Amino acid sequence: MILFERVTKLYPTQTRPALEDVSLEVEKGEFVFLVGASGSGKSTFLRLVLKEEAPTEGRVWVAGKDLGRLSNWKVPQLRRRIGTVFQDFRLLPNKTVFDNVAFALEVIGKSRSQVQRIVPEVLDLVGLEGKEQRMPDELSGGEQQRVAIARAFVNKPAILIADEPTGNLDPATSEGIMKLLERINRTGTTVVMATHDAAIVDQMRKRVIELEQGHLVRDQSRGVYGYSR
Amino acid sequence: MRARFVLSEVGNGLRRNLTMTIAVIITVGVSLALFGVALLVRAQVDTMKDFWFDKVEVSIFLCNDNSETASCAGGKVTQAQKDQIEADLESLKPLVQEVYFETQQEAYDRFIVQYRNSPIVDSVTVDALPESFRVKLSDPTKYDIVASAFEGRPGVEQVNDQRQFLERFFQLLGGLQAIALVIAIAMLIVTVLLIVNTMRIAAFSRRRETGIMRLVGASNFYIQLPFLLEAAIAAAIGATLATGGLILVKAFVVDRVLAPAFQFTAFVGWDAVVSIAPILYLTGIALACLAAFLTLRKYLRV
Ligand SMILES: Nc1ncnc2c1ncn2[C@@H]1O[C@H](COP(=O)(O)OP(=O)(O)OP(=O)(O)O)[C@@H](O)[C@H]1O
Ligand SMILES: [Mg+2]
Repeated sequence: MILFERVTKLYPTQTRPALEDVSLEVEKGEFVFLVGASGSGKSTFLRLVLKEEAPTEGRVWVAGKDLGRLSNWKVPQLRRRIGTVFQDFRLLPNKTVFDNVAFALEVIGKSRSQVQRIVPEVLDLVGLEGKEQRMPDELSGGEQQRVAIARAFVNKPAILIADEPTGNLDPATSEGIMKLLERINRTGTTVVMATHDAAIVDQMRKRVIELEQGHLVRDQSRGVYGYSR
Repeated sequence: MRARFVLSEVGNGLRRNLTMTIAVIITVGVSLALFGVALLVRAQVDTMKDFWFDKVEVSIFLCNDNSETASCAGGKVTQAQKDQIEADLESLKPLVQEVYFETQQEAYDRFIVQYRNSPIVDSVTVDALPESFRVKLSDPTKYDIVASAFEGRPGVEQVNDQRQFLERFFQLLGGLQAIALVIAIAMLIVTVLLIVNTMRIAAFSRRRETGIMRLVGASNFYIQLPFLLEAAIAAAIGATLATGGLILVKAFVVDRVLAPAFQFTAFVGWDAVVSIAPILYLTGIALACLAAFLTLRKYLRV
């Protein structure tokens, strides 16, 4: 589903590569934690998958496509197959919960009837039934993140990318979010999650990939957060 | 693609940047109005050309008793010479459209009317004025053909083309036309720059929405469409203002002020306004879309 072939990423303004010679494969349906200290290159890894950045060297394959050879106008097609969730939720503050989720369908041209049918289903799935008409600032952090996950998942993407989705949440709320991501993973969606949350990683016992200063230093199935904190 | 969704985004955008939208509308309106006036001036000059060139004649003045040019050495023109000229003019058809022979008496009558307020009238007699053929050409620019056929021929004092005088006058008008057009084009460039700037601010103030749109896989076209439509709508409103201004210019400045004051010439009709209005709309919308497109390419990359 995701394949990195000797990928190096050097940002133009930096001297040290954010990622260096990283090769790895994530299979369809896997749940992968991406761990490592701040600045180790986790977000860079995820941006490469989204083709928000291009690698300096090496190749990135996503869903069978070589992103280096994917023309710019096809990038939106790629992103429709990838859901994204961030630490800061990235909701539209002037739209209701329903409209925030519907937005993802509307901008890719789904019909009104499809939107009316799919959005409530997904809001139910993430546990937000009855809160459709709330505004984001009327929700707790955990609820806002559920809206963001609903929006990421509403297109039934093949891959869900989460960059520190529990970074702003307390442990109990984080656990709820992790349960949700696990549920989404069980529908067949590949989940890649960058995190600093040791408790979660240790508890979930999924595959763990550790980066250190841009190098892949550990790839362990059913792994733990590790020692190099 | 969902029209209702796009339109609501456009409405939000226009409202959110209301002051900038108003600035764009006014600038587009003013610059298009200037552009429209420049086009109207152009139409006016064309109208005058048609009007005057239609009226210009080539005059072949014939010798009278006191003519002094070399071709008049033989004294007053003879009947045979006149017949010959008339026959030659006849042979120049269809370039020669109409020939009118003006007698000395007719020339005198016209002279008196033309200079009725001048003391010169008292000193002129019928005999002092020349007979002439007044020739109307189907193509006034081919004046040379007539001139070379009759100039210097015995009995012909002088061949005179009113067009030469008019030509100088129209050169002057042409200069004015060019200046008006240059000012209008400068204003249009200013307009494009202002729209570019407005779009930049709009794109910046909505980077959250557009960022999310990109994230969920909206196509570039879909992301840029609301911006393009906003620019086009603002430009269309501006063009409407400009057209209104043009109608006022035609109704008041041309019809109420200029036309009564200068009755000797024709003025542009409403058909000119009707044909300029669509040009204003097209120019405004095209410039706005161009400006928006150029900005957005840079600021809303994938
Ligand atoms: N847009 C950018 N331009 C230049 N350098 C960047 C850019 N983004 C990241 N970097 C650099 O690349 C390196 C890796 O950054 P990255 O954001 O991938 O780290 P991270 O593992 O996500 O860190 P964190 O855990 O703090 O989110 C850092 O040294 C960072 O300064
Ligand atoms: Mg990061």
